[in-house]
Amino acid sequence: MVLDELYQELIIDHGTQPRNCCALNNANGTAQGFNPLCGDKVQIYLNIENGIIQNATFTGSGCAISTASASLMTEALIGKTLEAVMNLSTCFKALLTTECQSSQSETEDLQVTLGKLAAFSGVKAFPARVKCATLPWHTLQAAIQQVPNPVSTETP
Amino acid sequence: MSTNTANIVKSTRTLQNIRADFPILQKTIHGHPLVYLDNAATTQKPQCVLDALNQYYSGMNANIHRGVHQLSTTATEAYENARITVQKFINAKQAKECIFVRGATEAINLVAASFGGKFVNSGDEILISAMEHHSNIVPWQLLCQAKGAHLKVIPINERGELKLETIEQLFSKKTKLLAITHASNALGTQNPLAEIIQSAHAHHIPVLVDGAQSAPHLKIDVQALDCDFFTFSSHKTYGPTGVGILYGKTHWLEAMPPYQGGGEMILEVSFEKSTYNEIPFKFEAGTPAIAEVIAFGSALEYLERLGWDFITTHEKTLLRDATEKLSAFPGLKIIGTAKEKVGVISFMLDGVHPHDIGSILDQFGIAIRTGHHCAMPIMDFFNVPATARASFGIYNTIDDIDKLMMGLHEVRRIFPSSALRAPSPVEREKEK
Repeated sequence: MVLDELYQELIIDHGTQPRNCCALNNANGTAQGFNPLCGDKVQIYLNIENGIIQNATFTGSGCAISTASASLMTEALIGKTLEAVMNLSTCFKALLTTECQSSQSETEDLQVTLGKLAAFSGVKAFPARVKCATLPWHTLQAAIQQVPNPVSTETP
Repeated sequence: MSTNTANIVKSTRTLQNIRADFPILQKTIHGHPLVYLDNAATTQKPQCVLDALNQYYSGMNANIHRGVHQLSTTATEAYENARITVQKFINAKQAKECIFVRGATEAINLVAASFGGKFVNSGDEILISAMEHHSNIVPWQLLCQAKGAHLKVIPINERGELKLETIEQLFSKKTKLLAITHASNALGTQNPLAEIIQSAHAHHIPVLVDGAQSAPHLKIDVQALDCDFFTFSSHKTYGPTGVGILYGKTHWLEAMPPYQGGGEMILEVSFEKSTYNEIPFKFEAGTPAIAEVIAFGSALEYLERLGWDFITTHEKTLLRDATEKLSAFPGLKIIGTAKEKVGVISFMLDGVHPHDIGSILDQFGIAIRTGHHCAMPIMDFFNVPATARASFGIYNTIDDIDKLMMGLHEVRRIFPSSALRAPSPVEREKEK
């Protein structure tokens, strides 16, 4: 059933019992994201040293998809270079938005790069929910770029 | 057969007939018959409304109020007949007091721009309530910003009812208008407007009523209410989108300047000066949504044919049944428990975000609204980010409510109650 594809065990686990869900005292990059359609809010905190994410946390309120996405994202970020994070972000968005993967090997590459994050593949069948999953990632980019204003999933 | 049984049989038959009038109810969503419980957002349209749109474009399409040819005359007649239907529907004294606009939102913006532009000055006050839709907040904020006026708010209690005892203190010599909802789209609360309007008038304060959520559910009588303005939308009363009504008492509408300039709203134009047409045309610049207005008239006639006895009794039954069943569901909390309500129930389910509830129910063909319902101040008051909302219409059945309950059991299967879950590391930390 398509619902079980969306709400995989890993997503329910992280959506209801999120990891790294607290503010970060020594954050040197932070940004707030907001989805005005559903009221989801997320704040991302990063501690970046020498181009490597030493620690990543988040706070906020949102649905299971956005909470799980933020939780699994922070887990995936820790220890990665900013370059690797950007690649991961591109892959994650591709997983959720690409119409069809061009070849099986490319799909497999994507799965390998994404690891646990591949659990979000089921979101693609729920267009209304794609923004829930991408909100933490959009916010992450803002945190990395140290954009002071909140970012929105809706472009003005 | 007892009278009671006879009534039930009659109402079941009526309900079957009503459902047959709405083609979309035959649709399946994700393989399940559609259970449409998002009527506060927009209602579905009966066949007579769809036919009216088709008949207009296939048999009488022409511009109105300007042609001498036959089609234009026919279209103008149909358009103006719809105005008379609206007049009867809300019991306005005169048809010219009913202005066709794009929707309740535009109606409120019209009053804010035109009435507000003329009568509201620096230091004046506009009074609204804490349960308004954004469309009855933001136009007044814009007006207050432009004029240096102040927005005052009637508070609500934890049941989602107006704190009536505060209203007298909020009325002042500077209050230029009370703009208030008849029924809350997010909570379902039905406000006791007759008394409120009476006391506003005792202070010489005119009252605008946002009737977007009351017009589909209650018999509206603007003369009995004695409101100065009343606004509602076609698409929430089983008519097409893009049309709504601003009712205003003649003396206000005549005193107010035009809202938009253009064709139709003028008598004479030269480059030095233009003279304006009479009401309602003064406020209907440009070619209106002719087909939609005519079909809107058909929707209102449809409701009148069903009769308000049936509509209110049926919707009260649905509200009572759904309230009982939802209240008994473990971990579910209803937001908005006013004594008087229309068929709108907002709720939260322990441990599940409303957005997830909405997606799961949708997979079973059940359409509800999730989010802040364009009423963010209400969400803040109840300290919730969003709610799930089921709202009823004339075609809903007890079976729809039972399907909603089955859907909620599916939600619980996917998201077990937090009481049944193992505590998270964060929760374990807190318990220490």
